[in-house]
Amino acid sequence: MSVSLRVLDDGAWVSVNDAREVSVSELWRLDDPSFCGCELPDFVVENVLDVGADGRTVSAKVYGQCIACGHAGVPGWVPVGRLREGEFVDIDRERVVLPVRRGDDSE
Amino acid sequence: MPTDVERWKSEVYGNEIREHLLEFAEQGWDTIPEDERDAWFERFKWWGLYHQRNGQESYFMMRIGTPNGVLTPGQTEVVAEVADEYARGPAENPIFGNGYVDWTTRQSIQLHWIKLEDIPEIFEKLESVGLSTQQACGDSWRNIVGCPVAGKDKHEHVDALPVAMELNETFKGNDDHSNLPRKWKVSVTGCREGCGQGDINDLALEPATKEIDGEETRGFNIRIGGGLSRNEPRLARDIDVFVTPEQAAEVSGAISALFRENGDRDNRYNARIKFLMDEWGAEKFRNVLQEEFVDFELETAGEDLRSEYSYNSGYANGGHADHVGIHEQADGNYYVGLDVLVGRMGVDDTKELARVADEYGSGEVRVTQRQNVIITDVPEEKLDALQDEELLDHYSPDPHPFMRGSIACTGTEFCSLSIVETKNRQVRYARWLKENVELPAGVEDFHIHLSGCTASCAQPQIADISLRGMKTRKDGEPVEALDIGLGGGLGENPNFAEWVTQRVPVDEVPGAIKNLLANFEERREGDETFREFVARTDEEDLAELVEPEETSYEDPMMHNTKRTWYPYAEDDSMDASPAPTHGDGTPIASDD
Repeated sequence: MSVSLRVLDDGAWVSVNDAREVSVSELWRLDDPSFCGCELPDFVVENVLDVGADGRTVSAKVYGQCIACGHAGVPGWVPVGRLREGEFVDIDRERVVLPVRRGDDSE
Repeated sequence: MPTDVERWKSEVYGNEIREHLLEFAEQGWDTIPEDERDAWFERFKWWGLYHQRNGQESYFMMRIGTPNGVLTPGQTEVVAEVADEYARGPAENPIFGNGYVDWTTRQSIQLHWIKLEDIPEIFEKLESVGLSTQQACGDSWRNIVGCPVAGKDKHEHVDALPVAMELNETFKGNDDHSNLPRKWKVSVTGCREGCGQGDINDLALEPATKEIDGEETRGFNIRIGGGLSRNEPRLARDIDVFVTPEQAAEVSGAISALFRENGDRDNRYNARIKFLMDEWGAEKFRNVLQEEFVDFELETAGEDLRSEYSYNSGYANGGHADHVGIHEQADGNYYVGLDVLVGRMGVDDTKELARVADEYGSGEVRVTQRQNVIITDVPEEKLDALQDEELLDHYSPDPHPFMRGSIACTGTEFCSLSIVETKNRQVRYARWLKENVELPAGVEDFHIHLSGCTASCAQPQIADISLRGMKTRKDGEPVEALDIGLGGGLGENPNFAEWVTQRVPVDEVPGAIKNLLANFEERREGDETFREFVARTDEEDLAELVEPEETSYEDPMMHNTKRTWYPYAEDDSMDASPAPTHGDGTPIASDD
């Protein structure tokens, strides 16, 4: 089953199957001390740069900053949801710690 | 690899979108195939329609392009009528009510809560008086900006209005220029005060004089590649080209064609011409333009007037910083610039504006890049009676500096990109500052621009105080916050604000401004302006002068307003959203 994943409106949000699923301005806790040195960066999403799927996991590359220390940049791929029978299943991104995966190829 | 957007554009784009748009309008929003919605919403932008944010599906923002900000007699009334009839949403804004007109920083008009099903009627009404939404958004020539009193101003070097109108006529609906790699923002100015803000446009035509064949010729110098968005602000660069008013359209078309052929269509983040200018530099840009896109020899730049620029400059050099106030025109009549706080005006007030403009002036209204409006062509003998009109009690030609200097973008109320609430917040800020903060003696212009994100629609980097949407935690809870920048401005030597203090909780920003101004007054040398003070002060020292602090100001929108379907709804949760709705406003999901 094909799933369309896109970034739209100047990086404002992730579209999955032509529906808006992930928006900028969310606050994520990242399990990625290498991003800024904070143990769990408290990361505000300012722009979505790319989206891809690795198996059933939908991940995004985003620009933003850690609101604890101010470091800004692009962490690795961050999971934003899952695919179940071609449908997007949200995860509670603002309440869980999100792992960050390095590498540029999540397709 | 071309992006999805480029693929969609290659299939259907430009003028031909209209017939599809009208067909969908006829059949209803829900007849747009689900797997084609991203594509159609992207394309609809070219006809001025922007799908509102999450929670407001099936509602659109509509932008009407008014070249050079000019609304000819009769047009303002129609804008008010359209807003009254079609721009009313399912919930009310506590400050502005339901049904309002936004005057924008690009001298355009934005309406919200527009239903797709109403588009045919709206287009008919707008077009009956010569208004259009064509190319108001999308990857093409956007609304052309310039000095809003072009053709009437006493400070004019050359009348740029015919040039702006010729560019509009030539490049609106022009198939050769309808599908560019990205948006294309053009400024044409002939006045001495710099109010076209060419420095922050993709293409700027600025007043200049050039000796050609022994004759002093008035025309324009050309700058390319300005823009504020995405943490990548750029000032337009001088490409050493002068054009006469007669050459302006041909050379502008050549530059647009150069962009069309050389802009980056593989990466939308790198597509604006400012990035091509980064890559090429001004010299190569000029060479390519000359060799590949222009058939005659380009003149080198003439003598410019930049040393006289005062508009939005932060310098007190005797010129105007905005168009608010009563000013004599070249023909002896007057124009009256009214302050519209954050650019938003209710429909009844907009109707009044149309009436007043008709009764006292020529009926014409003009929009400025500071979100204000101007009534033109008022005979001197009618000025007193005009000033007695109730409308001017609310939209003053002599407002308090905090009211006069406020600009705000759309914000999370409707916009997908914004991180914070903006318009209502800036109204609350301005009112609190007016009541609680004294400006240092003699400071009459003090600009505070609030933008909800790095897209910079409120042009935050060129204000005395720049505010940009962010998040932070306060007492452990996530709250809306603002980065604070200082000392930006245009003028002879434009520069962008320094972002000196980050992530200030929104309820502490008024206190920060109060303390900053007190510190400025204490350290001020003579009658220097705030921008001059910032320029001579170290960035580290500036950060210490900001001092965020809680005050009597209370902010009712500290929470994540983006998580609401509409921040001012009684039940603002996403689940309570009525969207998407049919053309009559009834929810689609409840009966399908």
